[in-house]
Amino acid sequence: MTVECIAVESLLSRVRHLREAGYRLVQIGATRLPSQIEVTYSFDLEGELIHLRLVLASAEIIVPSISALYWCAFIYENEMHDLFGLQIDGMTIDFGGQFYQTAIQHPFGAPQASALPMSNSHPVVAAAAVKS
Amino acid sequence: MARTIIPFGPQHPVLPEPVHLDLVVEDERVVEARPSIGFVHRGLERLAEVKDYVEFVYVAERICGICSFIHGQSYCQAIETLMKVSIPPRAQYLRTIWGELSRLHSHLLWLGLMADAMGFESLFMHSWRVREKVLNIIEATTGGRVIFGACKIGGVRRDLDAETLRTLGGQLDDIEREAREITRVFINDNSVKDRLCGVGVLGRREAYELGCVGPMLRASGVPQDLRLSGYAAYGDLVLEPVTRSEGDSYARCAVRCDEIFQSIDLIRQALSRLPGGDIAVKVAGNPDGEVVVRAEQPRGEVVYYIKANATKHVQRFRVRTPTFANLPAMLKVLQGCDLADVPILVLTIDPCISCTER
Repeated sequence: MTVECIAVESLLSRVRHLREAGYRLVQIGATRLPSQIEVTYSFDLEGELIHLRLVLASAEIIVPSISALYWCAFIYENEMHDLFGLQIDGMTIDFGGQFYQTAIQHPFGAPQASALPMSNSHPVVAAAAVKS
Repeated sequence: MARTIIPFGPQHPVLPEPVHLDLVVEDERVVEARPSIGFVHRGLERLAEVKDYVEFVYVAERICGICSFIHGQSYCQAIETLMKVSIPPRAQYLRTIWGELSRLHSHLLWLGLMADAMGFESLFMHSWRVREKVLNIIEATTGGRVIFGACKIGGVRRDLDAETLRTLGGQLDDIEREAREITRVFINDNSVKDRLCGVGVLGRREAYELGCVGPMLRASGVPQDLRLSGYAAYGDLVLEPVTRSEGDSYARCAVRCDEIFQSIDLIRQALSRLPGGDIAVKVAGNPDGEVVVRAEQPRGEVVYYIKANATKHVQRFRVRTPTFANLPAMLKVLQGCDLADVPILVLTIDPCISCTER
């Protein structure tokens, strides 16, 4: 798997180039690591995959939406917002955090549950406490 | 004209699974559809971070109750790629056979649901009656009917004995004969055509740009089928993607009908070339690195991403399911449709909310 890491500022120009070359958007996915968040954009042309990656120091960094270039991107971007708490600017359809009806806000936004002591501040524990 | 919002789902007679649509209508014409999902979101991607990567095959299979085998297979392929494990050829063929049996029962299930949505109850029952025969084969060869745990990292858990191989040919002939009778009705019956022809047209370029996958894409004339990449035993088999050019609901139905016979043909090819030897290799150690694996599920391309750091838990497990990729196209085809066509158009993508709520 070959990944091209790019800066947030060059995302739109790089994606525009791929669109003009005829690439199809395959998926956008986020990965929460202990100290950063990776956002990977995958594109396909005749079976060959290309991956672009943003490495964000925090979820507060605003990522521009690519949905003006690939309309269907709005669904992945809303998912990343709702599950990871990422800030996406300019989505063609913005559900305002209502796309996923999850009990916990941004359930994938916290570090791995196994890496944490299960304190009351952990979202899973906090939600369980509210329910009980 | 005044606009009205009609809530559709998450519980609705035509919806097998919970998805909600706010349908903005003018008179009886839908001008906009706003979806919301997540009613049964299970957080399985997050579960992978605390489950042993070997155990997680069982969870991956439970992402979907229909295409469960291919979920397990894709997960295993991803881990095997990371760990540089080559599985025995016989295991590759067995995975192909069970994968195509899964496609068969999925398409027959969809045909039944579509017939039910059209009010064609006898056709619904016949479709599911034939599907039972496929499930019987799966049960006889694996011990399970829908989620059958046949796949494991390093190969498969079950083998086909000589007696089973002898009887499978006859069972496939029987299924093919009955499926021909059923699909003839779907393709030729006027009441079916009246409900499907010209409904929800998606052009070739539009389907491609919307990121459609599977029958939704192929019905618009794009010959994309991940099986052509040659994973499992597909590289050894003769396979031509089934396509149509109309791009409407009828074309999507016709593609699925033809893919039933394509799957039967692929199973026959795999059975005739089934190599001998082991069905699994031993796998030791932990996966390290990241990988993307794609496979062709009954509903289209599924994307598995795994990032691992040489521990027994993966760091990130992500699945982009075919239904998720087809949701934008569903919203597009709903714009401008008649309210009465909404159930047909929702079903036409073969939505699997269970997959989407992984």
